Amino acid sequence: MLDETMKKAPRPQNQTSVFVKRKRTFTIVFVSVFALFTVSAVVTNYDVIKGFESIPQSIVWIAKNFVPNAQAWEKLPKILEKLIETALLSIAVTVCAAVCAFFFSLLGTRTTKVNPWISRLVRIVAAFFRNVPDVVWAILLLFSFGQNILTGFFALFFATFGMLTRTFIETIDEVSSSCVEALHATGATPLQTVFQGIIPSSVPEIISWVMYMIETNIRSSTLIGILTATGIGALFDLYYKRMDYSAASLVVILTVILVIVIEIISNQIRKVIM
Amino acid sequence: MSELVLSGRAPVSQDVIESMRRTRGGKIKIAAQSKSSLAINLTIFILLGLTIYAFLFFDYKSINFAQAVVSTLDNAKIMFGTPKLSYNTIPGVLNALWVTFSLGVLATIYGAVIAVFGALFCAKNIANPKVALAVKSFVAFIRAVPTILWVLIFTVAAGLGSVAAVVGLTFHSAAFLIKAYSESIETMDDGTIEALRASGASYWQIVFQAVLPASISYMVAWTFLRFEINFANALAIGAAAGAGGIGYDLFMAGSFYFDLRELGFLTFIIVAAVIALEVAATKIKAKVR
Repeated sequence: MLDETMKKAPRPQNQTSVFVKRKRTFTIVFVSVFALFTVSAVVTNYDVIKGFESIPQSIVWIAKNFVPNAQAWEKLPKILEKLIETALLSIAVTVCAAVCAFFFSLLGTRTTKVNPWISRLVRIVAAFFRNVPDVVWAILLLFSFGQNILTGFFALFFATFGMLTRTFIETIDEVSSSCVEALHATGATPLQTVFQGIIPSSVPEIISWVMYMIETNIRSSTLIGILTATGIGALFDLYYKRMDYSAASLVVILTVILVIVIEIISNQIRKVIM
Repeated sequence: MSELVLSGRAPVSQDVIESMRRTRGGKIKIAAQSKSSLAINLTIFILLGLTIYAFLFFDYKSINFAQAVVSTLDNAKIMFGTPKLSYNTIPGVLNALWVTFSLGVLATIYGAVIAVFGALFCAKNIANPKVALAVKSFVAFIRAVPTILWVLIFTVAAGLGSVAAVVGLTFHSAAFLIKAYSESIETMDDGTIEALRASGASYWQIVFQAVLPASISYMVAWTFLRFEINFANALAIGAAAGAGGIGYDLFMAGSFYFDLRELGFLTFIIVAAVIALEVAATKIKAKVR
């Protein structure tokens, strides 16, 4: 009965073609992704079968060797000290970068209407700092600062500054344009506009981004730490190169706990302020 | 004057003005004292306090700060002002860039495929809540381990090479994308799923006809974001774990040959590649939408 009514119903010409089109798009996407995959595997000498084989092997290896033993627990105070250093480093970097990025992004937003040329320049500078990898900053700073905590600080600072400037510009453009216009209309001075309009309306978003960057920077500082021989990354690298895998595993476990704790705290803060 | 008239609006009576909360000086309080503003102030206060504590806590190893800054600026001038290749050739560098790009592609494709299925078990509106919680916690754990550590762990287990790099990168990508995809699935309209269920559609029909089409544009956007991150990570593991590609060239130029000009040239190539990727991603994203 239903089938008959459906057959009788006039069917527009392009109705069937939606499905044909979807199928065609799907095929094109599938083939191009597959081609990209194959080319990439050839370029990197990636052996697909070996890749799959390595996962169970690695899990067995991890379960056997990558477990903290009694000797590893003795190193706990040293690991905790480095972990605190890394956590403080990423907080300090993010806060400093956020303060600088906020004032810098005020010059770059459309809402403050400073000057179109300055605004464009700000965006270019931000793009430069964002796109130069933090590894490059670390290597450059190693020349003059040596294996110092400030090397990691500035390497992370530049990358975070570039990233936050872009997001702050977008946030301010999105959130505050209407209230800035209203304040302009009442004759507020630029400073009043910033402190009474832009900061109050965009501060929840800004804090949310800052918390996210703190979390990201803990992970990045592990990597930078391996290059600059500071913080938790260097400690992991030391144990790893000594093949003291149980101590290295304790480092990983504690890093994971730190990251998860920060994630939980920032989720709670987001829930309250948003 | 008993009434204050604001232009074009209803008159504000004197009692309202008197009932407004005032500061000690008699000014009207304009900031709302809510739980959220308290939380904001507290967060800012704690973060600033920790930052100051951090600067006192750090071991600076008696570095001459001013001198280091001046010499860094000099180095940056040489690096970005006079880039020049002397240890690598241009085809060699492009090939290394291509290797790094491919590592990113492989990890992103693997991660995306795993994440599509993972997200189906993780999104609150289509999955079993207990399974969803288990998957979410597991994924949060994997995400918390820095990528470089995954790569180093797999390097011991699987040997140095592209396998360890790709598998290590994939772990983090899959975990990141499962979270992102499941959140995009959770934002979709529940009515569509309910309607399909009522009409007797099977689970896979619901997935392919409603869930994926509704969230595909978000998914594509997240995948490209992840690809950009994977490219940066592939670069970093090349430098820190010796996994090859242009990251390894960077490490050699900087820490082995001490050649700032070479480092500058490689950096410019990387920046150009990243910007080109961003432009391409924006174009593809616009097409999907």
